[in-house]
Amino acid sequence: MQAPDKKRIHAIVIRSSLITVLMFGFGFALVPLYDVFCDLTGLNGKVSLTPIHPVSTPGEVPDVRQIQMQFIAINNETLPWEFAPREFSLPIQLGKPYVTHYRAKNLSSRSMTVQAIPSVSPGLAAQHLSKMECFCFEQQRLEAGEEMDMAVRFVVSPSLPQSFSVMTLSYTLFDVSDKNTTQLTRN
Amino acid sequence: MSESHHPTGIKRWLYTTNHKDIGTLYLWFSFLMFLVGGVMALVIRAELFQPGLQLVEPNFFNQMTTMHGLIMVFGAVMPAFVGLANWMIPLMIGAPDMALPRLNNLSFWILPFAFFMLLSTLFMPGGAPNFGWTFYAPLSTTYAPPSVTYFIFAIHIMGASSILGSINIIATIMGMRAPGMGYMKMPLFVWTWFITAYLLIAVMPVLAGAVTMMLIDIHFGGSFFSAAGGGDPVLFQHIFWFFGHPEVYIMILPAFGVASAIIPTFARKPLFGYHSMVYATASIAFLSFIVWAHHMFTVGMPLVAEGFFMFSTMIIAVPTGVKIFNWVATMWRGSMTFETPMLFAVAFVILFTIGGFSGLMLAIAPADFQYHDTYFVVAHFHYVLVPGAIFGIMAAVYFWLPKWCGKMYDEMMGKVHFWLSFIGLNVTFFPMHFVGLAGMPRRIPDYALQFADFNMISSAGAFLFGFSQVFFLGIVLQTILYGKKARSEVWDNPHGLEWTLPSPPPYHSFTQPPQVTMAHASPR
Repeated sequence: MQAPDKKRIHAIVIRSSLITVLMFGFGFALVPLYDVFCDLTGLNGKVSLTPIHPVSTPGEVPDVRQIQMQFIAINNETLPWEFAPREFSLPIQLGKPYVTHYRAKNLSSRSMTVQAIPSVSPGLAAQHLSKMECFCFEQQRLEAGEEMDMAVRFVVSPSLPQSFSVMTLSYTLFDVSDKNTTQLTRN
Repeated sequence: MSESHHPTGIKRWLYTTNHKDIGTLYLWFSFLMFLVGGVMALVIRAELFQPGLQLVEPNFFNQMTTMHGLIMVFGAVMPAFVGLANWMIPLMIGAPDMALPRLNNLSFWILPFAFFMLLSTLFMPGGAPNFGWTFYAPLSTTYAPPSVTYFIFAIHIMGASSILGSINIIATIMGMRAPGMGYMKMPLFVWTWFITAYLLIAVMPVLAGAVTMMLIDIHFGGSFFSAAGGGDPVLFQHIFWFFGHPEVYIMILPAFGVASAIIPTFARKPLFGYHSMVYATASIAFLSFIVWAHHMFTVGMPLVAEGFFMFSTMIIAVPTGVKIFNWVATMWRGSMTFETPMLFAVAFVILFTIGGFSGLMLAIAPADFQYHDTYFVVAHFHYVLVPGAIFGIMAAVYFWLPKWCGKMYDEMMGKVHFWLSFIGLNVTFFPMHFVGLAGMPRRIPDYALQFADFNMISSAGAFLFGFSQVFFLGIVLQTILYGKKARSEVWDNPHGLEWTLPSPPPYHSFTQPPQVTMAHASPR
């Protein structure tokens, strides 16, 4: 039998296996990469889940431009909560901080924990919205029948392109009562 | 070592490290899976014969569409091409065997276990996976039947089998070519498989990662695909299609190689544009990595991304067009005869082009919002997979079967099989374009009345196509048992090293490297 070059085949196998292992890792690396990509480009309407304190530049005057800010509340699946914004729409001035509230009531007969996930539309406007305070930064717990007001403190930067005149901030409530130990680890 | 020493009986097949034996095992296994997946397709078509629910429950219908897709992709098409690679690559490059014969045995023998596991889910409480072969989260995580865990491990095993097989093929092609068989002299079947093997080791691990993330989400409290925990269900689609799009080329590139072997033989002309064929194949493989999101135009992507994925997808038509042009130019003014392999190869060129054009239609992002998830998509991918991949495999079987078993198949019966398949598949899949454009959604057990006529035609065609494959089984068995002795050349002056061996080739072939001359190397 012809003797194939064992060493060479060995090297090829090592290299191919390395590609396999790297690509398996790459599959998992896609998870953070996907977020980084959306953060950098502001695609997908993703907003930060941690508070941001915008540094005010001295001498920067609030933009006179006004836009309309709309608020939406959604219950995921059949979450037995009442969940609605106190104000459905606000005229806001760019660069000026505002506070608005969402009202939540646990209609079930047990205590429940929820996590609100925000989304901004149009997606490309998301990176111009900063939130100093938000009920979505942590999980919210209500006893059976309990209700509360939850605050969002935000500012829309004057850097918002002229083409946007309306922004929509939406929150979806997810039931995480069974996953209480799971904390949000991503930003 | 004696030239043909091997154990006999079941031990021969369990312990074999011979590339011909393993190729045979792969081919029979894939044919068995083809019939199993085909029966599932017929359950689907029987239910859709008339509007309303007649034969099966909607949940069982969903299990059938899911399992049909998984079995045809991972059980029929992929193992059949690996079987062809095992049989033909060592013969074509003048190697005594595959580079890693024991690994070869392992990569085959884990497959039956994977499919036993997958098929056993049909008998489990809650039933088999019912979330479609693309298993989008959260349908496949939060809402999945309990059998999803078996599905995940089955995918892991199939992936491992493909990866091991691919590493073996890469090592064989890079390390075992006979002296004088340079890269640019390899037959195109070897080239297309070389590129396919790289695609496989690049994307099968990503699929393994995706199902592992599902496993973590389902059983270990993870939230990769759950928004409540900070994950994203759309992320699943991105990861899946990052695997999924190269996967569709994995299923078609080896068929390109088969067509490039058969068409010159029966046109009695050298292949037109050998070099451009190699570069076109490589370009298609490269482009397959940057077009995945065209499967998810309606998911809510920004305009920039829609545009990028639309145009990058359309660019694929260029190298594909080069290949179609080359095959047609090979036939141009050739002394053509239409034996069964050539019939399948010519049908492949024509019908694959139809599938390619409907693919271009789907690539137009604004139009795709209308076509998305309709039968038009079903028509498109069946036109590239059935007359593309399946006809490629059948052409290869008719072309090389006389070489493999040393007996000639019955030409008349081969032609009957071809025409039954050709008519059957067009009757089945062509009307799907119409119902799809009219808005019939895919993956539904019942449909609106206006789609009734075309669905009835489709179902009739499906049964014709299905039963003509049983006829195919008969032809293969008849050839092996009663076929007339085949010459070592089999065809009229065919090109390549495999034809220098007797038919059937000895159990151990090319134990001494052959002399590669201009008569055997590509391009001629």
